[in-house]
Amino acid sequence: MDVEVTVNGEAYERDVEPRKLLIHFLRDDLDLTGSHIGCDTGNCGACSVIVDGVLLKSCMMLAVQADGAKIETVEGLAQDGELNGLQQAFSDHHALQCGYCTPGMLMSATALLRANPRPSEDDIRKGIQGNLCRCTGYVNIVDAIKAAAE
Amino acid sequence: MTETTVTPERPLVVEEGETRPGFIGQNIPRKEDKRLVQGEGVFFDDIKRHEMGFVHFVRSPYAHARIKTVDVAKALELDGVYGTLTGDEVAILTDPFFELSTPPGAHIKDYALAVGKVRHVGDPVAAVVARTRELARDAAELVEVDYEPLPLVLDGEQALADEVVLHDDAGSNTVWSGTFDWGDFEGAMAEADHVVKIERLHFDRFSSTPLECSGCLVEYNRGTGQWTIYGNHQMPGVGAIWMAPALRVGLDKLRFVSQDIGGGFGNKITLHPQFTACCLLARKLNRPVQWTEWRTDQHTANTHGNERTFLDVTVPVKADGTMLGFSVKAIDDCGAFPRYEPLGCIIWAQVTPGCYRWRNVRVDFTQVCTNKSPVAPNRGYSRMQHLWLTERIVDIVASELGLDPVEVRKKNYVKHEEFPYETPNGCIYDSGDYARCLDIALDLIGYDSLEERRRDAESRGKLFGIGIGSTLDSGTNNFGQSMILNPDLQFSGNNEVATVKLDIFGEVVVTLGTVPQGQGHETTASQVVAEILGCTPDDVTVRAGHDSYWNSHAGFSGTYASQFAVTGLGAVKGAADKLAGEMKQLAAAVFGATPDDIELAEGQARIKGNPEAALPFMALGAILNANNAGLPEDLDITLNVRYVYRPPFQKPDLDRKYGNLTLTYATQIHACALEVDPETGVYEIVDYAAVDDCGNRIHPQIVEGQVHGATAQALGAATHEIFTYDEEGNLLTPNFYDYHVPHALDMPPMKNGFIESESPFTPLGAKGMGEGGGAGIHAVCAALQNALGRRGEGPIVWRSCNPYHRVWEMLQQPEQTRRLVEVESR
Repeated sequence: MDVEVTVNGEAYERDVEPRKLLIHFLRDDLDLTGSHIGCDTGNCGACSVIVDGVLLKSCMMLAVQADGAKIETVEGLAQDGELNGLQQAFSDHHALQCGYCTPGMLMSATALLRANPRPSEDDIRKGIQGNLCRCTGYVNIVDAIKAAAE
Repeated sequence: MTETTVTPERPLVVEEGETRPGFIGQNIPRKEDKRLVQGEGVFFDDIKRHEMGFVHFVRSPYAHARIKTVDVAKALELDGVYGTLTGDEVAILTDPFFELSTPPGAHIKDYALAVGKVRHVGDPVAAVVARTRELARDAAELVEVDYEPLPLVLDGEQALADEVVLHDDAGSNTVWSGTFDWGDFEGAMAEADHVVKIERLHFDRFSSTPLECSGCLVEYNRGTGQWTIYGNHQMPGVGAIWMAPALRVGLDKLRFVSQDIGGGFGNKITLHPQFTACCLLARKLNRPVQWTEWRTDQHTANTHGNERTFLDVTVPVKADGTMLGFSVKAIDDCGAFPRYEPLGCIIWAQVTPGCYRWRNVRVDFTQVCTNKSPVAPNRGYSRMQHLWLTERIVDIVASELGLDPVEVRKKNYVKHEEFPYETPNGCIYDSGDYARCLDIALDLIGYDSLEERRRDAESRGKLFGIGIGSTLDSGTNNFGQSMILNPDLQFSGNNEVATVKLDIFGEVVVTLGTVPQGQGHETTASQVVAEILGCTPDDVTVRAGHDSYWNSHAGFSGTYASQFAVTGLGAVKGAADKLAGEMKQLAAAVFGATPDDIELAEGQARIKGNPEAALPFMALGAILNANNAGLPEDLDITLNVRYVYRPPFQKPDLDRKYGNLTLTYATQIHACALEVDPETGVYEIVDYAAVDDCGNRIHPQIVEGQVHGATAQALGAATHEIFTYDEEGNLLTPNFYDYHVPHALDMPPMKNGFIESESPFTPLGAKGMGEGGGAGIHAVCAALQNALGRRGEGPIVWRSCNPYHRVWEMLQQPEQTRRLVEVESR
């Protein structure tokens, strides 16, 4: 099936299998490998992207369902090679170790801060509840998001 | 929910004022971060090749069955399927992977795919390669396997009876067994005023479940007969030692490459069966093949942590609370195949007496196979299970004899002034101050207000408990310990490699033998090199990841067993020191001076006291590499240095099972406060402190990050994470729905403290750290024990994982667990 999407401001058109997941479409067809896959069940959040302004796990959506959508992924966060405030805060606060969950975590935090620019710690923890991290215990991730909000 | 990093009021062991110069000890920005926060890391699954095929494994639905036939015809008919591999082919094309054990384990035959029998649910019986991953999955459904189900055994103790035997060639489920007897246990029993006996303790099965599953992309070069494996194996040096003989080729035919790896925690050490299958497929089909493990496959059929049952624990205790040692019978369940085992049968001995001055220890250790997933060295490998035993001993003894758990620890801890301390089995604890770490943890958690908080909780209908976990993270293995298990093994000592070169334009380029998975090796290596060469970390390029063709690896290269700060940075330091010497030699030759006249600073080699006479690194690199006519003939330098760091180890005394098994011992002292709802068993951790001592910290922020992560994993393992099976051997927790790892709302407020007890044995005074000893598991168990009962009353916390339903069961029927403990007072 023919799918047209805009990802990080760039238009793409591809012929895809109807059963292909959005995450596989992004990674395999568009070569946007920043978003990752950590589970089969929609639990881990490593594939989180923003579709038409809504945060979602791209393993929970078919590519064909995204036809016509505007998609934001981790590759679109930095501008002209400069990290944005959230990315910089993640580095400053050592909020990443292996970096595998980081793209999804950043997209969840992006969506959170758009909806709630001054989140409490509890808001932050709820905002990233759908993203698993096995390295950090979330301590520094929460601190980084807090700092980015300030 | 706040984090408080405290600096202890009392002076550090490294005296205050003794600030280290330069970059070591500073929180410089991590070199890895810029690519990772932009999604520009390269993980194996990001790599694509023209016309590559996707691999899908056909897996057994039975825990134990004979394979009668495997028919791949229908799968091969499907358009887009490139080919298949079966166990029969594997048995012809490869030899079994070598086994580390003596008999019976030595006779086990382990192949890349199941041959003849399946031995656990998920055991791979065939592999299919197709144009897309979806097609490969479809085709796998078309492979017809005829099984003859066999009786199965899932319990380690039952497996000992050999009524059902997994490996016919071995003739027994026992992989390895032996007795360890140090000191004079009978004498200790005669001396004791009390003897505490614990009938049974059980350490549950879990794993650290890295977020990135396992996998590889394999290319085969027909012209040279070489495979290139882009994968996330975290110990490729040893992986190659397993794979090359099985594939009947030399080591150099296997090139391992990785850049970024999405967590490992030991779960990616035993990937040789899957990688071997992919090598066979790449060669057979003459095309690159890619295998990405599904999450369900990882939980079902990759690796778990070791499950261990402790029976007949006997503890002689003096009237004043001095414990004299212990004896125990340990049964370790390694699942269907030993693979890295039976190394876990000796690794625990690195920490034989835990943090304590116990001199008399007797351990009867047996490892068995069961029809469950194989195990691998999960973070804290084998020591974690043993340290959980030592901590349970301390708290159960304290509870039964009415001793204060803080005072009894301080009485029995190895004392600060006793370091370096030799344990009863010859291990040398290098440095530390356990009592001081405990004081800091107790301060952080507000131990003084314990009774007040208990009353407050009780006024709200809650039970309040506080618990301590004291563990050691032993790092930098002496692989000679494997010879205690099997004297025929030719492994001993340890090594790691780094290269540092100065290139034509003055670039300082470092390669590492390690295989990092988030530990920040690029960053810390650059700190060490910059400090030695007199430049900044920004001037130092550390190549990302690992490539065995860089010639910067050795037999034990990899990232495992808490050792980079010692072995990895030891190699980096050695190489940088040598390069610095060569740079001084070159500058001296140019200036007509001696090397002692030269200093390296601010990116230059210059004559001391005469900053005008200076050569920038660029000039040095250019002169030697591209403009060297006229240099003295005897100037024997390359500005391209390879250094192998080798820790000072001896082979152990095999008869006495005695020797120094690891070089360093980092300390973790944790304290946990929790409240239990007595009606439901639901509990909440309300306060938590983790105090760490890993010697000199090269990058404190990275160290703290490791402490946070290890703690989170321990709390997950203590509260919810458990691999449970039904009676037919089906894993009931095969994905993140059923296997609950902590998310952000699950984590309690965490307070961190540290001291730095410099290691006298390592190049930088640092100790390996990061695995932790599972201190959080012990702290939660102890806090539950404290909350649920008083002296001689209430249940005994006897399992390592205590989900709410288990706590509820203990509350409902305390006598069920209370009967596990008996005290004999004389």
